[in-house]
Amino acid sequence: MTTCPLVVAPPETTANVTFDKTMDDRIGEVMRRYPTRRAALLPVLWLCQERFGWISPGVISAVAERLGDSPAFVDGVVSFYTMYHTSPPARYVLQVCTTLSCSVCGGRELVEHLKAKLGVGFGEKTPDGSFQLVGVQCLGACGNAPVIQVNDDYYENLTPQRLDAMLDELREGR
Amino acid sequence: MESVLLRARGVSDSRSIATYLAAGGYEGWKKALGVGPDAVVKEVLDSELRGRGGAGFPTGRKWSFVPKDHPGPRYLICNADESEPGTFKDREIIEHDPHQVIEGIAIASFAIKANTAYIYIRGEFVRWAKILEKAIAEARAQGLLGTNVLSSGFDLDIWVHRGAGAYICGEETALIESLEGKRGFPRLKPPFPAVVGAFGKPTVVNNVETLACVPHIMTRGATWFASIGRPRNTGPKLFCVSGHVNRPGVYELPLGVTFREIIEEHCGGIKGGRKLKAFFPGGSSAPIMTAEEVDVRADFDACAEAHTMLGSGGVIVLDDSVDMVNVADNIAHFYAHESCGQCTPCREGSDWCADILDRIAAGHGRSADPDTLLRICRFSSEGMTICPLGDAYALPISSMVNKFRADFERRIAGASPLPPKKLPVLPWTGPRPGFGI
Repeated sequence: MTTCPLVVAPPETTANVTFDKTMDDRIGEVMRRYPTRRAALLPVLWLCQERFGWISPGVISAVAERLGDSPAFVDGVVSFYTMYHTSPPARYVLQVCTTLSCSVCGGRELVEHLKAKLGVGFGEKTPDGSFQLVGVQCLGACGNAPVIQVNDDYYENLTPQRLDAMLDELREGR
Repeated sequence: MESVLLRARGVSDSRSIATYLAAGGYEGWKKALGVGPDAVVKEVLDSELRGRGGAGFPTGRKWSFVPKDHPGPRYLICNADESEPGTFKDREIIEHDPHQVIEGIAIASFAIKANTAYIYIRGEFVRWAKILEKAIAEARAQGLLGTNVLSSGFDLDIWVHRGAGAYICGEETALIESLEGKRGFPRLKPPFPAVVGAFGKPTVVNNVETLACVPHIMTRGATWFASIGRPRNTGPKLFCVSGHVNRPGVYELPLGVTFREIIEEHCGGIKGGRKLKAFFPGGSSAPIMTAEEVDVRADFDACAEAHTMLGSGGVIVLDDSVDMVNVADNIAHFYAHESCGQCTPCREGSDWCADILDRIAAGHGRSADPDTLLRICRFSSEGMTICPLGDAYALPISSMVNKFRADFERRIAGASPLPPKKLPVLPWTGPRPGFGI
């Protein structure tokens, strides 16, 4: 019987990751805050996402080795949380709040507007790789609904007009 | 009422330690170091401060559960994982007055004799995590944190720990698991965190707003604090109002004001001159209330009497243009997404509710659906799950079905049957599965 792989992984996901001196020092500094090595996992994953852009299988193995856990355990943690990118993200990740307060205060119209304007649905990237649309749950800024988080920044009290201006600014790489 | 927790709102450069010290900041911390841990716990007990994160448990009692003879270490965790839909008060406190939180953490750590404190902040709050880190560095530079604080012999380190996007990590035992670097699965209680918490040691988890109250209790006394609000429901409370009101935002009011006062006086009534239909009194996990219940007092006991809860104080106001089917559908999806997946009633039940509500909303409801929803909710609430997330989705959905059944029946009356689904059959082109045959 012949075997054939079900999925061929693109080369960047299987590349080995090594930590340079600065990164290693930063990880060491984080680990000193906690009584166990494992407790540094979330902050170390944040450092890696900042440095490498996303949490690739290579990153998972490197983090697991550094913290003395198995890659399976680290992968389990990564997949539990929604904010770690498990594939390379677009330049700007538009995280639109879809929960109740935003939804009843113009959020639904905002989503329709964004989908039409960018030509993509939730979870998709624009072909030029500059925007990625994600529907997220409550961002904790309900008083200023509707709200979008772009990468790390909050944009609040949005209207379709303000959203257009914001997208133009981002596109110009302000 | 005078501003207590939000007194820095509108003050220029309110986040810097200089401004905070000029307004009498860290006086409570100095006083606490002078009187000793037991006196601090007693003062907070006397103030009758109740936890502002949602459960409303007396803070002083929570602190006093930490075993006195434990060799340590002990930990204090500040819960800034603000994720309950409709809640945005902790962000407001950190934005304007981060040192108030740091001082509260310092006093609470001293009261339970913890030398390490963590602030668990939700991953999305990058800006506010940075604000807190800056405030900690400022306080450390002034000798208010670190080793041998103000020559008292007490050491204290505070670290900011960012979550990574999980509502469940606001539940204290899930938060502890997450802090320990694991998936955020809530733990069975008992043992309670005060006995076996983070890293197996005694741990107290307090909400940002609770800790922000503590410095004021230390400087102005328990009697002053207890004079605000009503008996057993004392102190100022931040109410976050969102939805269909003219002036949404965070309002600091004494516990015990009525929801009518909050909505009509402080928030300027319903937007566009429409009528109030319903409101969530304390985040979307609290059973919904109708327009007739608007005179209920916004405090822990009055809400419990009205079969709902004050929760986090997140008031979501809905006008008469909304259909309860859509509201229920929206929040069912929230909980289906955020259920951690440990307990079957919650993991499956929240998903089933979301599916059924999707179907009703799409015009394919069936007459048995409202009762099916109630049945699913009954089997997911009141002790059927490890943590309260089972109740958190079941109670609001069942309250919506019970109180606004007409909305559901109207949608179901005009519904068409769901078209039969054609199951996709994929042709298999690979090798045949089997044992080498």
